[in-house]
Amino acid sequence: MLKYKFDWAVVLSGKYFDWLVSGVKVTIQLSAVSIALAFLLGLIIAVMRMSRVRPVRWFAHGYLEFFRNTPLLVQIFFWYFGSYKVLPEAANDWLVSTNFEFASAVIALTIYTSAFIAEDIRSGVLSIPKEQMEAARSSGFSYIRSMRYIILPQAVRITVPPLISQFLNLVKNSSLAMTIGVAELTYQARQVESYTFKGFEAFTAATAVYLAMSILITIVVTWYSKTILSPMKAR
Amino acid sequence: MGLDFHVIWDNLTYFFIGRYPHGPLGGVALTFYLAVVSCILSFFGGMFLGLLAISRNRVIRYASEAVIQIVRGMPLLMVIFWMYFLYPALMGRAMPESQTVILALTFFTSAYMSQIVKAGIEGIPKGQTEAAISTGLTHRHTMIYVILPQALRNMIPSFVNQFVSLIKDTSLAFIVGVSELTHVATQINNRSLIYPTEIFLFIAVVYFIFCYAFTTLSRWLEKRLAWAKAI
Repeated sequence: MLKYKFDWAVVLSGKYFDWLVSGVKVTIQLSAVSIALAFLLGLIIAVMRMSRVRPVRWFAHGYLEFFRNTPLLVQIFFWYFGSYKVLPEAANDWLVSTNFEFASAVIALTIYTSAFIAEDIRSGVLSIPKEQMEAARSSGFSYIRSMRYIILPQAVRITVPPLISQFLNLVKNSSLAMTIGVAELTYQARQVESYTFKGFEAFTAATAVYLAMSILITIVVTWYSKTILSPMKAR
Repeated sequence: MGLDFHVIWDNLTYFFIGRYPHGPLGGVALTFYLAVVSCILSFFGGMFLGLLAISRNRVIRYASEAVIQIVRGMPLLMVIFWMYFLYPALMGRAMPESQTVILALTFFTSAYMSQIVKAGIEGIPKGQTEAAISTGLTHRHTMIYVILPQALRNMIPSFVNQFVSLIKDTSLAFIVGVSELTHVATQINNRSLIYPTEIFLFIAVVYFIFCYAFTTLSRWLEKRLAWAKAI
């Protein structure tokens, strides 16, 4: 028999509801900023990974392998606790003057996710026939310009579904920011749990929000690949 | 500036085996223990869920798909909290933290493994099933003797990749106080205070070496299996 008494009012109204809502806001902010930055960085790394200049290619390769094969939590701790020794003075001053926890979480999430995004973009680019690049180059486009105007616009379209699932991962991964005290959704759910002992209700609410986000994203991806991607492939 | 790696040397055994043999196992050894046990358990969990997800019974199929989607939509941290706070509340007794983590990791990873199993089985041409059924095998025997042996072989690289994810995911055991590598690192950091860069850089490299080794293994297996299939 369950001895637990459910009390949904605790998390659906009043102070604790406000905590959870503020947690949702922080999760969305954290994810949105990191997604935008991770996409840009991932794009740059992907292009570097395919560069013909060897050191550039090697650097990108090392970057990818290193950040994909270390736990995100360790990366978060590194940026939060340990980055001050390896960053220049100016960067440290700037970080301390902003919201340091939030900034560390953004840096860690951005770098971690960019490594995955770069691989997705790269396999998107590799799926574009080689002749496209050759045709672009022979009609006088530079390498960068062929990438910019011919290859990437096509590759990005193919890469959208895996990218979106990376974004979904990022939203879920942002929960790790609680370990350094960023008051996002998981952090707030745990706060509510420790203040009220209503863990079941608090975690259900938080889980429901994460699920809603992931279901929404799954629906968008399914729609996208059915209506946009399949007709494109058929051509 | 300037990094001083003395703190690593001084705590090297603590990083790798924790307080063992004078106390419980910890550090890298515990990380591996958690990853290996959860990997084995979630192999069976994933197999089970994956087979349910392709069941011919619609109710079973939808129910297992729902479970898989829910787990895949949750952050692992959330799953760990569910296990950590709710198991005692529901069962009336506590469970050792390392078991909580193994249970959470197994539950979480099973959902991802089931996708591998599903894709692996669906990747075997339909003609195989048809041929097996028409030689008089039952549906179950077709699965056990014809489809799974081929499908499992193709899944091996994906399983190894999942193991890499598991090694990385065990770092979250830190949050409930299991003294695996990340937890050991934070302890040493709290004690020594002035070497966070060295400590976290070191454990990042340790994780990297193990994960990269297995990633490479998975790529090699993938190539080898593709080659074996081509003949």
